[in-house]
Amino acid sequence: MATLLEVEDLTVWLATRNGPRKAVDGLSFRVDSGEVFGIAGESGSGKTMTAMALLGLLPHAAKTSGRAVFEGRDLLAMKPRALRDVRGRSIAMVSQDPSTSLHPMLSIETQVTEHMRHHLGIGKSEARGRAVELLSTVRIPDPERALKAHPAQFSGGMRQRIAIAVALACEPRLLLADEPTTALDVTVQAGILRLLDRLRRERDLAVVVITHDLGVMSAVADRICVMYGGRTAEVGPRETVLTRPRHPYTRGLLDALPHPEGGAATLRPITGSPPSLGAVPDGCPFHPRCAFAVDSCRERRPEPVLVETGHLSACPPDPLGGAA
Amino acid sequence: MTTGSRTPWRQPLALVGAAFVVLWVLVAVLAPVLAPYGPVDQIADKLLEPSAQHLFGTDQLGRDVLSRVIYGAQVSLPLAFLLVALSAVIGSIVGAVAGFFGGWVDGTLMRLADLVFAFPGIILAMAVAAALGPELRNAVLAVVVVSWPSYARLVRGLVMSARNSEYVAAGRLLGSSSVRTMIVDLRPNVAGPVLVMAALDVGNAVLLLSGLSFLGLGAQPPMAEWGSMVVSGMDYFDLWWLWLYPGLSILTVVLAFNFVGDTLRDALDPRTARAIRG
Amino acid sequence: MSALLEATGVAVEYHRTGAPPLRAVDHADLTLARGEILGLVGESGCGKSTLGRAIVGLQGTTSGEIRFDGRPVAPLGLRRRPAELRGLQMVFQDPYASLNPRRLVGDQVGDGYLLGGTSKTEARRRAGELLERVGLPADAVKRYPHEFSGGQRQRIAIARTLAAEPSCIIADEPISALDASAQASVANLLVELVRELDMGLVFISHDLSVVRQIADRTAVMYLGRVVEVGPTRQVWSEPAHPYTKALISAVPRADGAGVLPVELPGDVPDPSRPPGGCRFHPRCPVALASCAHDDPPLTILRDGRSAACVLAE
Repeated sequence: MATLLEVEDLTVWLATRNGPRKAVDGLSFRVDSGEVFGIAGESGSGKTMTAMALLGLLPHAAKTSGRAVFEGRDLLAMKPRALRDVRGRSIAMVSQDPSTSLHPMLSIETQVTEHMRHHLGIGKSEARGRAVELLSTVRIPDPERALKAHPAQFSGGMRQRIAIAVALACEPRLLLADEPTTALDVTVQAGILRLLDRLRRERDLAVVVITHDLGVMSAVADRICVMYGGRTAEVGPRETVLTRPRHPYTRGLLDALPHPEGGAATLRPITGSPPSLGAVPDGCPFHPRCAFAVDSCRERRPEPVLVETGHLSACPPDPLGGAA
Repeated sequence: MTTGSRTPWRQPLALVGAAFVVLWVLVAVLAPVLAPYGPVDQIADKLLEPSAQHLFGTDQLGRDVLSRVIYGAQVSLPLAFLLVALSAVIGSIVGAVAGFFGGWVDGTLMRLADLVFAFPGIILAMAVAAALGPELRNAVLAVVVVSWPSYARLVRGLVMSARNSEYVAAGRLLGSSSVRTMIVDLRPNVAGPVLVMAALDVGNAVLLLSGLSFLGLGAQPPMAEWGSMVVSGMDYFDLWWLWLYPGLSILTVVLAFNFVGDTLRDALDPRTARAIRG
Repeated sequence: MSALLEATGVAVEYHRTGAPPLRAVDHADLTLARGEILGLVGESGCGKSTLGRAIVGLQGTTSGEIRFDGRPVAPLGLRRRPAELRGLQMVFQDPYASLNPRRLVGDQVGDGYLLGGTSKTEARRRAGELLERVGLPADAVKRYPHEFSGGQRQRIAIARTLAAEPSCIIADEPISALDASAQASVANLLVELVRELDMGLVFISHDLSVVRQIADRTAVMYLGRVVEVGPTRQVWSEPAHPYTKALISAVPRADGAGVLPVELPGDVPDPSRPPGGCRFHPRCPVALASCAHDDPPLTILRDGRSAACVLAE
């Protein structure tokens, strides 16, 4: 598979009252075309800021460094105008809450066809035809009628499908989905996850799924990057990361989940809470909460290193290595 | 944005506002000591330019303008405080009752407030003052009549949103009565915004009172009231000291209370207070 | 065990201007014993939160009866809640909305004692103890809610209910607004408290896997009705109602196997116009022709649990 997006040493500084603070710190990953790449982490881990940096939608006064090469061009070095062209055309986004990403007062037709007509320069009737096609692709019943409707007339799940149709309007190569199912019920979530999976197979679409839900990750992602405190804790193939994690943070996240076989056992939370912006500890950001922390964790900043084929972990003591 | 500890009161505008408020209150209290002459004493020649003898000059009746401006603070400030307090109390009670009980109580009280709201303030105040007779006391009443509805609206909105909040529900489940809920749970949420509005309103009240006097419906000559001083000064437009000094007094009082009100807003909200302190 | 909480045939209707009344809860039955955790699950709009609010009296009912410790629960009006209902408390979903931002944490937690007739200083002191009990520093009494994280706030909200010395807590999605690690620890705290204080807990959640982990019994709601109730283990291993089955197979598992969850076709219908017959029949994969007009009641099955499906036995 061809590499579609290559992010190298991405760092994002956000302006805070106390000066710039790193929200993302030296993140590197690549996404191949037709691949679903998952970025997992708790709130404040920098996962959403990563997506915003790629889209050039960071908050005011934020700064970036590093490179994010998409189809041969560095997104971070692009002029806002050029980036605006890439965004919406080659890279599209689906956000958590379709009731805010869709305009409540505009018809579905306007919203689905707007980008097509702007980016692809096609006429009204052609755009309309494609919109009908798209809505049936995302399984909206009676697409012709749906075009005339407004977002409020649809349920949350249907709205998210429409938001996906809007995102797909210009046949993007990469879809960034930030918590696409978090606001939805499980049965509806299942439908959206199946839709994303089908789209990447049928359209060779690369999808970056950002979520805190490892169950969702396990269902759709081919490879997973676990972020903590703005950095990569671990990145590797889905199965390896979720069944044989090498980073204690990933282990902790998995242990905190209710056990699939149930039972009266209590849940096992990770002690402490994730660091807030600007208060990321020195050394390994996870060390204050880590049961395996040794002195070097407090001092040296760990870099992700290859622990097995395609699997990188940023935990030099590697306490879980023997368990593999 | 800088680092370090900063309370809202350390912002330059807040300091200027607070300084002017303190200054004017002191002037009002100490007027007999500070003023070189009495407010209505005709002690000199008419229309003297400002000089060492008469720092702000004298007016058309030979009264010392500086003394009149100083005594003017004794008229405007206490009245402004009084009428803001009156409208805040009346408005808050009406708003709290409307917001808490809702239904027809709310409907009736708020239609009444809307009725008053529908008229431009100064025009309604003029009507009330004209009907009751051109007297300062009536002007105060007129201003209260036009200004309570904004408090009622504010408090009603706050009470309504807080009433449906989960923390009020939680309090009710613990066995808190309606009245206790209003006092304990809703008061802290309402008191801050009302205080802020009141502080901002002191300036407006001074302005409105002066406005009524300017129109001849408030303070009557020879009383040293800033608004009426401006209007009688307007007859001698070239003699700038007649209208400029009382005008500046009105301006500084209005601005000072506005700055203080804005600062109060930040200081009273535990969230922004902390954020600014960093 | 006698029932601590008993809800029989509870219905809640919302009256809206210019629209038919919305029946959010329709003849729901629930029982809860002391020391028991009942998980109440269902998708959004199924009426689980409304039922929870009706049980504590925050929501008026159209019909049905709710009894707490044998006494009827009357909906909360303008008057003070009767003292004998103080044992029935609620924990809300959003710990940002359920604590007054402008009151000290200690005052809010101490309220329960104060309203129980304790002196002010004593209430303050005991509030500190409660806060320590739920895992917060005692000096939290002198701080404001915004100084705490979501998980900590939810602990504060739990401490506040404990001040009323409750024997039953209705927790409405108490962990769904929290971060993953905070979710587990707050759920654990609730379980611990139930065991330690011999309380009853109704744990309302859309997160089935958490309910599976902590609940003794599970009740599943669909469109305002309870469609299945039984011991959690049974409900999970052999769901009797097709909706329960669909719900369980839609939960993705973090096992790394890459299995896509099973989709339940269609959408939850508009609760103001529920389908005739069995309410689940338009989406039901095993519906019979008769399901379109026969509305099955919740009946006790052979193994002791209950389900509302003609196919369950």
